[in-house]
Amino acid sequence: MQFILALIIGASIGAAAGYIGSLMVTKRMALTAGSLGHLTIPGVALALVYGFDVSLGALLFLAIGIALIWLFEQRTKLPLEALTGVVFASSLAVAFLFLPEEKTTKALIGDISQISFAAVIITIVLSLTIFLITKKIFSKMILISISEDLAQVEGINIKKYNFIYLACIALTVALGVRIVGGLLTAALVAIPACTSRNLSRNLFQYSYGGMIVGSLSCILGIIGFKLMGISAGPLIIITSTLFFLISLIFKR
Amino acid sequence: MMPKKILKVNNLTVTLDGEEIIKDLSFEVEEREVLVILGPNGAGKTTLLRTLLGLLPYQGEISWSKKDISYLPPQELFQRKDLLPLSIEEFFKFKKVSSAQILEILKLVGLESSLLKRRYGTLSTGQFQRMIIAWALVNKPSVLLLDEPTSGIDIGGQETIYSLLHKFWEERNMSILLVTHDLNIVYEHANNVLCLNKKKLCYGEPMKILTPENLERAYGTGIKFYKHKHK
Repeated sequence: MQFILALIIGASIGAAAGYIGSLMVTKRMALTAGSLGHLTIPGVALALVYGFDVSLGALLFLAIGIALIWLFEQRTKLPLEALTGVVFASSLAVAFLFLPEEKTTKALIGDISQISFAAVIITIVLSLTIFLITKKIFSKMILISISEDLAQVEGINIKKYNFIYLACIALTVALGVRIVGGLLTAALVAIPACTSRNLSRNLFQYSYGGMIVGSLSCILGIIGFKLMGISAGPLIIITSTLFFLISLIFKR
Repeated sequence: MMPKKILKVNNLTVTLDGEEIIKDLSFEVEEREVLVILGPNGAGKTTLLRTLLGLLPYQGEISWSKKDISYLPPQELFQRKDLLPLSIEEFFKFKKVSSAQILEILKLVGLESSLLKRRYGTLSTGQFQRMIIAWALVNKPSVLLLDEPTSGIDIGGQETIYSLLHKFWEERNMSILLVTHDLNIVYEHANNVLCLNKKKLCYGEPMKILTPENLERAYGTGIKFYKHKHK
């Protein structure tokens, strides 16, 4: 039963991450998911220690981390990217110093051995939400990256859409840490999109391709975990990388 | 009957990062008018267009009587790299227009319909410029703002683009605000011309106001003019 639940959770998170990942790769923001993933690690470890949901712990630390980055930026005017580095590295260090190592390792690479039915339902609903919102903002985000002026003349409120987009990324990361851990979330969004890009001729093929490859990698990774007993997180990412390598042969 | 005004600009001042880019500018545009904005590099032409579109903060008054305005930014402000597999058809669909409308406009700008399947980043400069003009015109705007639409295009291509714009202007009752350096275009197509260098240097019908003196004021003695300002 746990195996079926894990498959369902993996397939839906993989699909949502692969889909929004195609947008993130286009906007050169794939590594953002990595930094945000690192930010969640103390939250996930705390959740494991005190027995509440890991995505909840992840969201809590994402909120704190993003608020800190924003505050530092207001005060110092240093580049956001550098401040993100400061915050996520110290967050990781804190996790290793104060939290039990066994829990922290689980937080690093994910753990799908114990999944509640409620968590499955919530994950499906949230993954679907990420997909639907991303689908709605997709073309507008692309137009913004082609020309901000043109997008504004077309009546697109850039700040508003950027905010929605970032909220979707944060939510994707919070879901993703459950299956691949805080270390590997960048790979969860970036690799399927890169694979799909190698194979597609238009936006439709590209974004839905990312979704399919993302979902498939998670399913195969979790099957591998069942068969071999190795951690699912790294297996998912390795499967995803294999798909990428295969796509190189058929690159258009 | 008096022609309808579509744009009124009163005492417009634009200050960016503490520097005054446009100072106390006033002019009007009528329906079906072609207004050419002339001026040397750095005179504030692009800033003026972007301010008129509401993209920049300003002081003074800008009032449009039309809502359907299209804009063609200068080529260098476009992200043209092949950053994603976006097909031309998908790019047009951003505007919520029908396939029939897309095919019609592509034909009018002289592009093959097979181009629809091509990727956005793979067009040549000339193809891209026609495509982007088609994109600006596809939902039949009543006002078109163009910023050096022929920069980077060879002479033959420039001819084609201007005769194309002229045709649309005749058929569709459009008003056009055009930034260019090409004086031939001004004599051939403009109803009015606005010479700009931070402030208004001359404004009116091309034949009347484009005197050698005015042109020299606008272009020829740019550096001296700059020095005068600081005395």
